[in-house]
Amino acid sequence: MKRVHYGIYDDEEILLSAVKQLKSKNWNIKEVYTPFPVHGLEHALGYKHTRLSTASFIYGLTGLSLGMLMTWYMLIQDWPINIGGKPNFTFADNFTSFIPVLFELTIFCAAHGMVLSFLIVCGLFPGAKESNPIPETTSHLFAIELDDNNANAEEVNQILLSTKAIEVKTLERD
Amino acid sequence: MNTIDLKKIKTISIILAAIGMVSIIIGFLTDVQREWASLLFNNFFFFAIALAAAFFVAVQYVSNSGWSIVIQRVPEAIGTYLPVALVLMAIIILGGMHSIYHWSHHDLYDPNSEHYDPIIAGKQAFLNLPFFIIRMVVYMAGWLGLFYLIRKNSIAADFAPLGDNTLYKKNFRLSAIFIVFFAVTSSASSWDWLMSIDTHWFSTLFGWYIFSGMFVSSLVVITLTVLYLKSKGALPSVNDSHIHDLGKFVFAFSIFWTYLWVSQFLLYWYANIPEEITYYQERFQNFKTPLLIMLAINFVMPVLILMTRAAKQNAKILMILGAILLIGHWVDLYLLVMPGIMGNEASVGIHEIGSFFFFAGAFLFVVFNNMSKVSLEIKNHPYIEESVHHHS
Repeated sequence: MKRVHYGIYDDEEILLSAVKQLKSKNWNIKEVYTPFPVHGLEHALGYKHTRLSTASFIYGLTGLSLGMLMTWYMLIQDWPINIGGKPNFTFADNFTSFIPVLFELTIFCAAHGMVLSFLIVCGLFPGAKESNPIPETTSHLFAIELDDNNANAEEVNQILLSTKAIEVKTLERD
Repeated sequence: MNTIDLKKIKTISIILAAIGMVSIIIGFLTDVQREWASLLFNNFFFFAIALAAAFFVAVQYVSNSGWSIVIQRVPEAIGTYLPVALVLMAIIILGGMHSIYHWSHHDLYDPNSEHYDPIIAGKQAFLNLPFFIIRMVVYMAGWLGLFYLIRKNSIAADFAPLGDNTLYKKNFRLSAIFIVFFAVTSSASSWDWLMSIDTHWFSTLFGWYIFSGMFVSSLVVITLTVLYLKSKGALPSVNDSHIHDLGKFVFAFSIFWTYLWVSQFLLYWYANIPEEITYYQERFQNFKTPLLIMLAINFVMPVLILMTRAAKQNAKILMILGAILLIGHWVDLYLLVMPGIMGNEASVGIHEIGSFFFFAGAFLFVVFNNMSKVSLEIKNHPYIEESVHHHS
């Protein structure tokens, strides 16, 4: 069990300046809970750039290759079909008619890959236990989770209140 | 604006226009039809940039955009080229009528003539000179009138009392009208001025395709102008996020342009109906290399180069890619106009490049001249604070 402190805020700008103040005083911010993405928060917290976009590019390329393989195998290699007297029997000549398939598969794989990666990285699988200690942060409040570094609880609460938190909470978590 | 060397820009543009003028005279002395065709597509290129810049301003008002206010004077200034472009357009279209538009020849409609063309005669209700001119006047009056009012209100708002939003609300309504008008007329004008060159052929997607091309070119020009002004210190409030948003616009609409190009091509290719496929047959037989290079430039390059966030914010990458994209969309317009008029005799030479210089000079002169007359920074706009503090 570990004691953690929460400063609760009701405005994103106040939250952002609170994060900056706490960071400048070298407090260890473990997590910030917000009901919606707050612009600039990732910079204030010093997060590294997400690799999700690179992953999505790779998923997209996978989808494109998959689409090429599929159309080539189905309509050129295994069972060549003459549709409307089009130049047949080579992938290059038929490429135009495969564009929609390739396009859709690229998007399909990129989108699903990204969502699945996101769920896996966040540990969200069926039956996952909820980990948000302050449920109000899913609707209208913002919370900063602070590791107390074995400091005096009173002191931590004072610091949080000095950054215009509307409320402070101390919870025991594992 | 006072950090910009306006005299230098004006000198350069006058030199460009002078070179262009000389080449136009040479062009008319050597090949009249080719010169008219070059004038048409080069003028359309810059006209499209100005018109789409006006559309960009209207979109910002209608969507209640906050981010773009610090750069809004740039598309407003680019839009001021519209009157010049339209006057030139009227001169070129009316002067070069018979050289450019096959349908304008009277004997096509006469059943007794040996040139009688039943397909074109069937289109006479739409493609006849009086109605063509009426439509042209309507487009021009609508675009010029509405954009003139929008820009006038935007400038007047700088001097309005603080917190007075009446002019902003007026512009919101004017912009909504402009967008509806633009939606119809941008399509109709491209049928009239470009699609009717290949008179037998028609495409229902053509107007959208032309719109996407003009919007990409215009976004590139807006981005390049903003980057230029920023590098000279004339736009101090513009930060990385504004540049990032402009980069996103160029990226997204390049994909949109390709989407429409393929959509149009794909259906004709599938169907393979003789009167429809001739248009692409012409282009694929005689212009295959420029066509494929143009597609690669306008689609593959922005997609791969502008994909990352860092690239969209990088002034150097945007500048170089923007210049290349402008060439790509110039070639796109070339391929829309020249094959229909010149057939396989079309090439790129003094006619095409010379008239490009002329219009480029006129465009630079008008845009920077009008830009210098008003403050580049908008004051008293309801979203100006949001725009200054924009971060993404």
